[in-house]
Amino acid sequence: MNIHEYQAKQIFAKYNIPTPKGIMVESVKAAVTAAEELGGPIWVVKAQIHAGGRGLGGGVKLAKSIDEVEELANEILGMTLVTHQTTAEGKLVQKLYIEDGADIKDELYLSVVLDRKSEMPLIMASTEGGMDIETVAENTPEKIITIPVDPAIGFQGFHGRQLAFGLGITDKIEQKNIIKFAEKLYRLYMENDAEMIEINPLVKTAKGVFLALDAKMGFDNSALGRQPEIAAMRDIAEEDADEVEAAKYGLSYVALDGEIGCMVNGAGLAMGTMDTINYMGGTPANFLDVGGSANAETVAKGFEIILKNPKVKAIFVNIFGGIVRCDRIANGILEATKLTDVNVPVIVRLDGTNAPEAAEILKNANIPNIIVGNDRGDGAAKAVAAAKGN
Amino acid sequence: MSSLVNKDTKVIVQGFTGKEGTFHAEQCLAYGTKIVGGVTPNKGGQEHLGKPVFNTVLEAVETTGATVSMIFVPPAFVGDAVMEAAEAGIKLAVIITEGAPVKDMQAAKAHATKHGMMTIGPNCPGIITAEECKIGIMPGSIFKKGNVGLISKSGTLTYEGANQVCNEGFGITTAVGIGGDPIIGLSYLQILPMFEADPETEAIVMIGEIGGDLEIHAEKLIIEQFTKPVVAFIAGQTAPKGKTMGHAGAIVSGSAGTAKEKMEALEAAGVKVVVSPAEIGKAIAEVLGK
Repeated sequence: MNIHEYQAKQIFAKYNIPTPKGIMVESVKAAVTAAEELGGPIWVVKAQIHAGGRGLGGGVKLAKSIDEVEELANEILGMTLVTHQTTAEGKLVQKLYIEDGADIKDELYLSVVLDRKSEMPLIMASTEGGMDIETVAENTPEKIITIPVDPAIGFQGFHGRQLAFGLGITDKIEQKNIIKFAEKLYRLYMENDAEMIEINPLVKTAKGVFLALDAKMGFDNSALGRQPEIAAMRDIAEEDADEVEAAKYGLSYVALDGEIGCMVNGAGLAMGTMDTINYMGGTPANFLDVGGSANAETVAKGFEIILKNPKVKAIFVNIFGGIVRCDRIANGILEATKLTDVNVPVIVRLDGTNAPEAAEILKNANIPNIIVGNDRGDGAAKAVAAAKGN
Repeated sequence: MSSLVNKDTKVIVQGFTGKEGTFHAEQCLAYGTKIVGGVTPNKGGQEHLGKPVFNTVLEAVETTGATVSMIFVPPAFVGDAVMEAAEAGIKLAVIITEGAPVKDMQAAKAHATKHGMMTIGPNCPGIITAEECKIGIMPGSIFKKGNVGLISKSGTLTYEGANQVCNEGFGITTAVGIGGDPIIGLSYLQILPMFEADPETEAIVMIGEIGGDLEIHAEKLIIEQFTKPVVAFIAGQTAPKGKTMGHAGAIVSGSAGTAKEKMEALEAAGVKVVVSPAEIGKAIAEVLGK
């Protein structure tokens, strides 16, 4: 789960991690009041959406007067922001963060992520702050320092020294400042079940103080049950409405750009099915994992969500019954066609436990737009043909 | 590959009396797995599915001599359960539970390693040595005995792969579902050498997916140590960037972890990479020369 910059900075405040002062607002009027309260003389007006690249997309701007804050708040609030991390449709800006301008001497990069290789949290830092870190990693990988921290021993002095020297910080007070900063960040990461924390840029002021100018934070969904304060920060408005709706029924759904709706059991098989459709010359419209406990209601819901997408020209149901029995799925499909108006061809491939019984059920139901695929390849081929109108 | 689990392997179930634990333990028993008991705190002394229930793993191990534990406890207790098994002398923990916090698994795996316990999972279908021992939730009937080893991150693709191999007239030695979480136990790097060393395994099916770089690390290993043919499929060629596709670990971030990258690395190592999982069976028939 991701949270907004202003929420991440609230968490920073709890850990005494320095940030510029700021106030979250949801209207132009409140933006003006916030600017007056902060005092200026420079403010930054920042769009709050769950995506990076906001500055380049025109969602972060500098104001030199209260009037300018008002003007920018008017411009940014309600705009649809498209960045390299959003979809092409972009994201609607519903919240702003009005922040004090900072006195910037140097821009750095600092993050904590899980390193799957060492299976430890990894502190990543670079002198190339303010740039896309993927670009830095590709062009000048030597400018990124990585420090794995074994949770069994926690953040030690040597980790801090590796960081300070790695960033070329020679002033002793500045060294102390950056080490303290990183230690607090690591503690925050561990105590809140974070998945990643990224500060880009981390700025050094003329006084040698380090400030988190931006903040991105993501958390382990599996740990939200024991992190109620973090869970309460969830902003459903930032999530895809169909994905949220699907999740209520235990379905895992991700919309894509193609024409063939997919309904599959298991995440791996679901991805594999998308790949098969692609291989056969079609395009998948979505990823949908119905999970291990699919029944008539969830199958019907799945059809409903898939069919909301007007691009869908055919649906491919690909189930490999293990513990899930195919006959139950077949009955679910029949029920679903009664509950939802399924007006496109549905190609069904059911294999595994009780597959022959399932085929019999579908055959006997005699529904014209339900086509039975013999195996996965055949099913995908039939789906691709159906989507093309054959 | 009966070295890891076989018909004589003694297995206990942690979370034995719960709904999932009960259902799957029953299926495993029916398959022939030697389940010798289970653990549910405060139910020690009772009998369940005709097997003794213990309060602690230590008690269960001391009484039954079990070396493997199949773990079904709820997500919040997985870390605890794995560490308990490790300290009680269990040699292999197969963790089926989905949704364990990553931080807990990090600590539990480090602790398991310290005590010399191997782990499989979490969030996986488990391990099966065909017609001998099933420790997990896979449908036993599709795993016919044969000469192909299978290792997969995905549950349903494990079934799909095994089914195709069997439909081509071959069979499975052992199949391992390693799970798709960010932190998992035994992986390609540990299991591929076991298949190479196993006299019964003549070819291997390797099924991966986007995210992480486990498959890339397998490349070097296959070049340096492998004599047996490998067929591979990587799920998620059509997955969009930055989206979690069901498994928390399957996030393509930047250029790292894409299906294309992994497929190219494996191909360079001489692996027969198929672009659709529907081709796995045929590819195996091809590499085994039939």
